Amino acid sequence: MANIMIRRGDNGALSFYLPKKDLEDDIVSLEFDTPERWGGELVLKDGSRWYFDPLETQPRLPITVKAKRMGGEDD
Amino acid sequence: MAALTREETEALIQEVLEVYPEKAQKDRAKHLAVNDHEANAKKCITSNRKSLPGVMTIRGCAYAGSKGVVWGPIKDMIHISHGPVGCGQYSRAGRRNYYVGVTGVNAFGEMNFTSDFQERDIVFGGDKKLAKLIDEIEVLFPLNKGISVQSECPIGLIGDDIEAVSKKATAKFGKTVVPVRCEGFRGVSQSLGHHIANDAIRDWVIGNRDAKEFASTPYDVAIIGDYNIGGDAWSSRILLEEMGLRVVAQWSGDGTLAEMENTPKVKLNLLHCYRSMNYISRHMEEKYGIPWVEYNFFGPTKVEESLRKIATYFDDTIKEGAERVIAKYKAMMDAVIAKYRPRLEGKRVMLYVGGLRPRHVIGAYEDLGMEVVGTGYEFAHNDDYERTVKEMGNATLLYDDVTGFEFEEFVKKVKPDLVGSGIKEKFIFQKMGIPFRQMHSWDYSGPYHGYDGFAIFARDMDMTLNNPCWKTQTPPWKKNDDAAPLAAAA
Repeated sequence: MANIMIRRGDNGALSFYLPKKDLEDDIVSLEFDTPERWGGELVLKDGSRWYFDPLETQPRLPITVKAKRMGGEDD
Repeated sequence: MAALTREETEALIQEVLEVYPEKAQKDRAKHLAVNDHEANAKKCITSNRKSLPGVMTIRGCAYAGSKGVVWGPIKDMIHISHGPVGCGQYSRAGRRNYYVGVTGVNAFGEMNFTSDFQERDIVFGGDKKLAKLIDEIEVLFPLNKGISVQSECPIGLIGDDIEAVSKKATAKFGKTVVPVRCEGFRGVSQSLGHHIANDAIRDWVIGNRDAKEFASTPYDVAIIGDYNIGGDAWSSRILLEEMGLRVVAQWSGDGTLAEMENTPKVKLNLLHCYRSMNYISRHMEEKYGIPWVEYNFFGPTKVEESLRKIATYFDDTIKEGAERVIAKYKAMMDAVIAKYRPRLEGKRVMLYVGGLRPRHVIGAYEDLGMEVVGTGYEFAHNDDYERTVKEMGNATLLYDDVTGFEFEEFVKKVKPDLVGSGIKEKFIFQKMGIPFRQMHSWDYSGPYHGYDGFAIFARDMDMTLNNPCWKTQTPPWKKNDDAAPLAAAA
C-alpha cells in the first residue's frame, strides 16, 4: 500500500503521482469513472496497474488515496 | 566535430565504463543513457540512487538541500545551522541569493548562525545550547520574523529533541520557530533535503494565516522555486507584473515568512524549480485547490511560451498583457540574438548541474544557435528525466549523478565548445583549455531569467566561449618536460 495522488494533468487526462518513487504518469484507464462510483483499478501509461477502493462520489481533485500495486514486477 | 550518432554515443559510454570493476560497471551503466524520444524515461535511465562508494560524486547532502536551497534565502528569518560550525560557514552566502534589506538588522541572508557543537554537546546533548542561542538571537536581532533550526548530522545521531525546544521558543517569543530534520546523512543527495524542507514549511508555516483576512485580487500568483540567484526572481517578477499579475510571494529568493504564509491565498502557483518545490505545490493544490503550472524563463522562446501558458489561467486582460510584454521585448531580444548568434552559432554545450537547469537552459542555448549535446542532473528523479528526454535532441548523452572520471572522459571524447557545471568541475576543464561556465550561481554573474536575463546570458556565453585565452592554454599534464627538472630542484 502506498499513498498516491491523483490530479488532473495539463493535458486534461488524469495524472498519477507516487511521491515515494517520484513516479508521475498519465492514467490510461480507470475502472469506475462515474458520478456514483469513482476508483478501482487503474492502468498507467507505462503499463503498470494499481488498485484503490472506489469512492462513492466523484472527488475534488487532486486527491490522495491509498493504493495497491497489482501484478507486474514489484520493485 | 559533427554530432555523434547513436552507435557512437553508445560505444562512448561502453568505453568509459570499461575502467570500472564489474559490479560498479553494472551499476553505473544504468545511470548513463543515449537520449531516445521513443523510449520511456523510466526504462532508459536510473536516478535518485545512492552514489557508488569510491567515485567522485558531485552531490550535496540533505542539509545543503534544506538550509542552502529552500530555507536559506528566506531573508527575514534566522536559519540556525544546528551542529558543528563548518556546515554553515562553508556554505555561507555561496549561492548568491540576492535580497533587499539591511543585513544584520532586518535581513539575515548572508549571515551564519550556528550552535558550534563541541564534544560536550555531543555527549550531553545540545538542546540547552539551542535554547540559549535562540534567547541570544532575540536580544541581538529583535527584528527577525522567525527562526528555523537546520539540523546537521550529529543532531539526528545523538537524538536531540529540537521540536520541543522550538515549541518552547515559539510559546516564549510568539514567533515561528521551525525545527527542520534535515540531517546530512538522510537520503542519497540534497534532493531529500528539499523534500524535508517542503514538509517543514507545510507543517509549520503554510496554515499560519488561514484564518486571517487577506485583500486578494483575481490576479494573485506566487513565484515558487526561484531562488533569486544573481537577481533571477526579480527579472522574472517584473515580466509577470507587467502583464498584469500581482506577485504575492517569492519562494524563496528574496522571500519573507509573511509571503510564504500568504501563499495559500493566491490563484495560481508558478513553479520554476520543479525538483525542489513540487512537493509544496502539490500540497497546496490538494489542500487549497490552487493549481500550479511549470514555466521556464530561460531564453526568449521559452519565456514567450511560458507567458502565454501562464496567461491561459486568467482572463483576457492578462492574455493581452502577455502579448503586450512579448511585443515590448521583441525588439530587444532580436537585437541580442542578432549580436551574439553569429558568434555562437553551431557551438556545442555539455551541461551537468542540478535542479531545473539541465533541461531549462536548453531553450536559451538554442535561441543562440547553440546545441546541447549532453546533459545530466546531480540529484534528479525519474520525473525530471521524463521532462528532459523531450527537450534534448535524439542520440545526445544523458548522465545521472556523473562521476568526476566519467564527466572528464565524456568531455574529452565529445569535445564540446563549452561546459556548464559547478565550481568543483570548473578548474579541471579550464586547465584542459575548455571554456567553462559555472552554472550553479551563474559564475558570479546573472540574472539569467527573463528577457533582461537573456541579454546577460548571451553576453556571458560569448565572453567565455570567444575568449582568446583558451587557445593559449596547455594542460599542465600535456606540457613538455622542460619544467620538470625545475620542479624537482625546488
